[in-house]
Amino acid sequence: MESSRRKFLKIAGLSVLGVGAKPVLDSLVQAGEPTYATDQEALEGTHWAMVVDMKKCRDDCRDCITACHRGHNVPEINNAKHEIKWIWNEDFKHAFPTQEHEHLAERLERQPFMVLCNHCDNPPCVRVCPTQATFKRKEDGVVMMDFHRCIGCRFCMAACPYGSRSFNWFNPRNYLDDTNPDFPTRAKGVVEKCNFCAERLAIGKIPLCVEACKEKALVFGDLDDPNSEVRKILRERFSIRRKPGLGTGPNIFYVI
Amino acid sequence: MLEKPLFGSKKYYGWMTALIALIGVGVICFLYQLYVGLGTTGMSRDVSWGIYIAQLIFLVGVAASAVMVVLPYYLHNYKEFGRITILGEFLAVSAILMCMLFVFVDLGRPFRLLNIFLYPTLNSIMFWDVMVLNGYLLLNIVIGWITLSAERKGIRPPRWIKPLIYLSIPWAISIHTVTAFLFAGLPGRGYWLTAIMAPRFLASAFAGGPALLIILSLIIRRFTKFDPGTKAIQMLARIVTYAAIVNVFFFFLEVFTVFYSQIPEHMDHFKYLFFGLEGHGILRPYMWASMSLAFVAILLLILQQVRHNERLLGLACVMIFISIWIDKGLGIISGGFVPNPMHQVTEYSPTVPELFITLGVYAIGFTVLTVLYKIAVAVKEEVRA
Repeated sequence: MESSRRKFLKIAGLSVLGVGAKPVLDSLVQAGEPTYATDQEALEGTHWAMVVDMKKCRDDCRDCITACHRGHNVPEINNAKHEIKWIWNEDFKHAFPTQEHEHLAERLERQPFMVLCNHCDNPPCVRVCPTQATFKRKEDGVVMMDFHRCIGCRFCMAACPYGSRSFNWFNPRNYLDDTNPDFPTRAKGVVEKCNFCAERLAIGKIPLCVEACKEKALVFGDLDDPNSEVRKILRERFSIRRKPGLGTGPNIFYVI
Repeated sequence: MLEKPLFGSKKYYGWMTALIALIGVGVICFLYQLYVGLGTTGMSRDVSWGIYIAQLIFLVGVAASAVMVVLPYYLHNYKEFGRITILGEFLAVSAILMCMLFVFVDLGRPFRLLNIFLYPTLNSIMFWDVMVLNGYLLLNIVIGWITLSAERKGIRPPRWIKPLIYLSIPWAISIHTVTAFLFAGLPGRGYWLTAIMAPRFLASAFAGGPALLIILSLIIRRFTKFDPGTKAIQMLARIVTYAAIVNVFFFFLEVFTVFYSQIPEHMDHFKYLFFGLEGHGILRPYMWASMSLAFVAILLLILQQVRHNERLLGLACVMIFISIWIDKGLGIISGGFVPNPMHQVTEYSPTVPELFITLGVYAIGFTVLTVLYKIAVAVKEEVRA
């Protein structure tokens, strides 16, 4: 009896050790960075950014929001507490709470500002995520979400100073009428956000919101390329970013 | 020693049955939450953590407070705490267990919890919080069990336990410090962005935890033959008094910094909690109650005659406990999330299933606590007899 119990404990202990050691061993075996084959068509850029030209943006237009939310199967939930938002409108005083003052130009006061994930240079959401479910791509700076790895702790939501992350409080599929089969739907209990249309960049297309904007108020491009259109606009016109003082380095620029 | 909790008085069985019933209701509500999603709670896009995480913060404090009996006993050889240390350690065990359960019920995908260990992320404070909590749980189980078994057998505890006991002292500080770091390093959340978060947490822990220990000691004295000792209780009362004063002092340091600097992003959270913001202020009465309870309790505690009167001491401890529970269990989380970084006000209040899940976790904690205390008290009674 005694010896068989001892044997059992030994085997149990070893198996626990084995399970624990696997990820460590895996990481040792996997020397070097994994490589991926990229599409020949893929857009090339090392630091994606977006310029929002508020002089061109029309107050009543929601084309960018509709295109993004339809393309990414973002559910339409009519409850502000449980909404999923990848790209949405915000008043100036809410989008730029520290820069608001009482003598603001009338146009800015009433104009809805288009806001989305800032794909920060130094994203706090990535820093806090305990499972690396949210991560920043080294090659082009896009901040991504792995819906399958997310444990739904919502630490990233506490860390994001822009309110750019949404949590699936319910099953989002119950709020979708027709779905775009080219992009996955999500399940309840995970966080999601704008992914800068990483799935489209990979096949040589610009983000859906940019494509949908008839006024050309949204411009997408590579900040590392001095000849890109975003760099051209930023060189010529005055631009602001949301909460620059926090040091997150937002990559969405507003020309006002 | 494991058989001790199986036998007890009618009152004991009644108490355990009530706890198990509460656990049952909690489990049913949790299954419902699992099925429907966290939308069953009062949490939202803007207030993405609620009463679950608030209880985690509060109970980490209760767990950390065990150090207030362990440290004087082992480092300063304060013998009077000899009988009470085990109560502190076992209280820590049940508190940590509840902390972990509160993290578990708060997850959107609880069954992916192992991802924290499969993809260890050194820059995530949450990873470190899980690590220190697990370590502290293990330390307290081992230390408590080994010293109690030794006491039962009437021998000295083995020598290898000493380093673990010494290790448990800084470890206790670490669990509350790391928990404070979950909040203190986030940009755009003015209420939490303060270096005094960890010391404030520790001060409130060293007031609230020993206050609870005094209450538990008084209960044990009434219902069992085991007496934790008047001197030990009096020393704990002094610890509670000092810690409660330091806690209020720290709060006013915070108030000074925030209101003298006049930075709206930092002021507005305090305004929301104590005066209301843009017509919202659900927590106002609670925050003022917490503040008043703390003041009255401190006044009572600094009067020696009151402290020596165990009835009044018990009352003051209950007041301290409630005051700190409101501050940490309600204020810290809601105050940090409201207003949100875009300066919008969305209020939070827990829903009924959320409250039952919370109660269920507490019931699990109290079941474990009762079982552990039952063992400890039975051994103590046996040794004395």
